[in-house]
Amino acid sequence: MNNQFTDQELAFRDEVRNFLKVSLPKTTSERVLNGLRLTKEQRVQWQKVLYDKGWIAPNWPVEFGGTGWSATQKYLFEHECAAAGAPEVIAFGLKMVGPVIYTYGTEQQKKRFLPDILKSDVWWCQGFSEAAAGSDLASLQTTATLDGDNYIVSGTKTWTTYAQHADWIFCLARSPDRSLKNQQAINFLLIKMDTLGIKVSPIMMLDGQREINEVHFDNVVVPAENLIGEPNKGWSYAKMLLTHERTNIAKVAISKTRLKNLRKMASEPPKGGVALIDDHAFALKLAELEIELRSLEYTEMRTLAAVSSGGAPGPESSILKIKGTEVAQFIDELYVEAAGYYCLPFVNDQFHSDTNAEFPREHHIGQGSETDRAPWYFNNRKASIYGGSNEVQKVIICKSVLGL
Amino acid sequence: MNFSFSDEQRMLCDSVSRFVKQQYSFDQREVARQKEAGFDDKNWALFAELGWLMVPFSEKAGGLSGKAADVMIVMEELGKGLVVEPYFANTLLAGKLISELSSNSNSNAMLENMMAGEYQFSLAYCEPQSRYDLANISTQAEVFDNEFVLNGHKSVVLNAAMADMLVVIARTSSFQTDKNGLSAILVDPQSPGVDIRCYPTVDGFQAADIYFSNVTVAKSSLLGNLDDAFPALEKTVDFATFGVCAEAIGMMEMLYKKTVEYTKERQQFGKPLASFQALQHRMADMFIEYEQAKSAVLMAAMELDSTQGFAPKEVSAAKSRVGKAARLIGQEAVQLHGGMGVTDELDIGHYFKRLTAIQFVLGSTDFHTQRYASLCR
Ligand SMILES: Cc1cc2nc3c(=O)[nH]c(=O)nc-3n(C[C@H](O)[C@H](O)[C@H](O)COP(=O)(O)OP(=O)(O)OC[C@H]3O[C@@H](n4cnc5c(N)ncnc54)[C@H](O)[C@@H]3O)c2cc1C
Repeated sequence: MNNQFTDQELAFRDEVRNFLKVSLPKTTSERVLNGLRLTKEQRVQWQKVLYDKGWIAPNWPVEFGGTGWSATQKYLFEHECAAAGAPEVIAFGLKMVGPVIYTYGTEQQKKRFLPDILKSDVWWCQGFSEAAAGSDLASLQTTATLDGDNYIVSGTKTWTTYAQHADWIFCLARSPDRSLKNQQAINFLLIKMDTLGIKVSPIMMLDGQREINEVHFDNVVVPAENLIGEPNKGWSYAKMLLTHERTNIAKVAISKTRLKNLRKMASEPPKGGVALIDDHAFALKLAELEIELRSLEYTEMRTLAAVSSGGAPGPESSILKIKGTEVAQFIDELYVEAAGYYCLPFVNDQFHSDTNAEFPREHHIGQGSETDRAPWYFNNRKASIYGGSNEVQKVIICKSVLGL
Repeated sequence: MNFSFSDEQRMLCDSVSRFVKQQYSFDQREVARQKEAGFDDKNWALFAELGWLMVPFSEKAGGLSGKAADVMIVMEELGKGLVVEPYFANTLLAGKLISELSSNSNSNAMLENMMAGEYQFSLAYCEPQSRYDLANISTQAEVFDNEFVLNGHKSVVLNAAMADMLVVIARTSSFQTDKNGLSAILVDPQSPGVDIRCYPTVDGFQAADIYFSNVTVAKSSLLGNLDDAFPALEKTVDFATFGVCAEAIGMMEMLYKKTVEYTKERQQFGKPLASFQALQHRMADMFIEYEQAKSAVLMAAMELDSTQGFAPKEVSAAKSRVGKAARLIGQEAVQLHGGMGVTDELDIGHYFKRLTAIQFVLGSTDFHTQRYASLCR
């Protein structure tokens, strides 16, 4: 038992670090490190750079395009990326539907879909939740009725992240057969977003951003060859996907970088003012957070070690989801606190000066990116709600771990 | 000891409450917020007509009572409606400071116009470096024979765009963090050299950063005595702080009640969310936080009214306690509403945003806990 890296591992870390230094666009990393939004183009551009390097899918098996890295290498890669301000990879293709396709898909589906996912040529979105089926996902009502070689899909999905950007949606839809129990009636379908009968309508979030949507299906014709696995077995594929989603939400590496930047920011006094770090109460909160985060990092590493030695990420992944989002949300909050009065102006991304002609740089409000902190905090309340809410994760722990 | 309202107080409460219930639905609030001024001037005229703008001022100043308990009633009811009309910034903050310092007939007349709803004020005191230290002021007003010349930068000035008159706290002597040497000066926002950069705030109001460069103001624009604005400023900011605490109480009541209602309606797993004990306890905690915060605000109201309006310890206690409750209740209301809680469409997120802002203006929760601690020494 030790927490030292071997010489090879250190050499790998340097390789990653150098790659990031050379290949990560400054304009992108600056935005990431300041907690600002990226455009679809900026994200895709970066994912293509990773693809060209062969590093886009560290978690995939080598045969499908993975890297074959050890758990330690993956850890190092993630931490280097976060520290450098690399954008997070959009999860829907690479971390959600990709693993489902290579695990349960047909050879034909693998050939058809996996290359585009790796290349980020196709943007996916996740059509699981419905207005009446949130935490109780299995109660979903969108139907998929087999009609010859096609499924006819009808219903409405909601909260669909980035559906406005998506080329494809992976969807859960139930068989019309009412005698089947919910979990045994679900089909996992891949649907092209430009199919006739699909309509996307925006839902504005409380930070004023369009990030989520409703997706309406009105008798949408989906070729039966786009069904994953067997009919009515979709629930088990979805569960596998959700476990991946959950672990992915922990974002330990990103939280570490954000906390480090917060500490740095708090240590720089404004001209003629007092450094926030000299406020004992604030310093204590930072310390408390850091202790929680470092513990979480070890919890995550223990989970990863178990997975790489053959175990599957079990119900423990719920700990990562709960604690990971709690820590991230507390960091969000301390950034707002650090902004003081400058958490108030709602000037929406004034630092994006090229596209924001209304707000030329000399008219900036505040010193840095303080004004983007409160909207971020508001927006990221989602983290404890989606991916299986934190309450639902506790129900899982109670049932599957504690045997209650 | 008496916790019940007087007849007048009951009438005042009914009047504000009726307005919010009948004329200020969330949709109507959003319409008002999106007007150019950031609020609806018809509402403002109504506030004046109903006498609400006179509530914080003593009879001597042409007001109704000046009692903290009455202000609490108004703010609590306005909070329930998430009212965006600038009662706080104009009346409680700027107006109150003018009445504290008012010595000449000019400012008295302006105050009367304000109470009549015809005149708007804005108080410019914060600066980028000052955080919550009211004395940390670097904006300079150089004193000449007949005039002041102002230079400096005021940050996040509420209601600045609509103001007919700015009240600017400026340094007329001594060093940057000294409580002595501060003066309150009336500045016409149209004066040459005043640059006002407006923006909406995350919680639905309007504010601005203001830059003064060589702004000349007549000597007669001084409010109160030269170099001696700090005691009145501190007293006013404390009173306004108490006001937002009361506003928060109104919002927290709405949030815990709306959350209870929602979880009773919303079904998952074949039953109402409210039937899950894990959630029941969370709502019980919201309720407890609300009641404790309300008690702290009542304590501050009573203390203010029995000490000629200056009770720093109790105001800090209220702000600290309200901050803690506002954090829990705001976050929990959003969480228990699930996805609905983070939408722009539902009022829940808007209450949450305002309650968040309240935690970080006029001194954060930690700031007031520490201030309380130092006042105990
Ligand atoms: C910003 C955002 C993006 C999203 N993106 C997507 C997406 O791309 N695709 C997609 O399919 N979905 C997406 N979702 C949906 C998300 O998965 C759901 O919001 C989530 O499952 C919760 O469902 P709900 O919102 O209906 O809340 P509800 O299920 O109504 O829950 C409300 C509250 O009750 C609690 N609760 C529910 N059941 C229990 C219980 N048994 N015990 C204790 N507490 C309970 C919940 O934890 C929550 O606090 C997104 C959501 C958000 C907010």
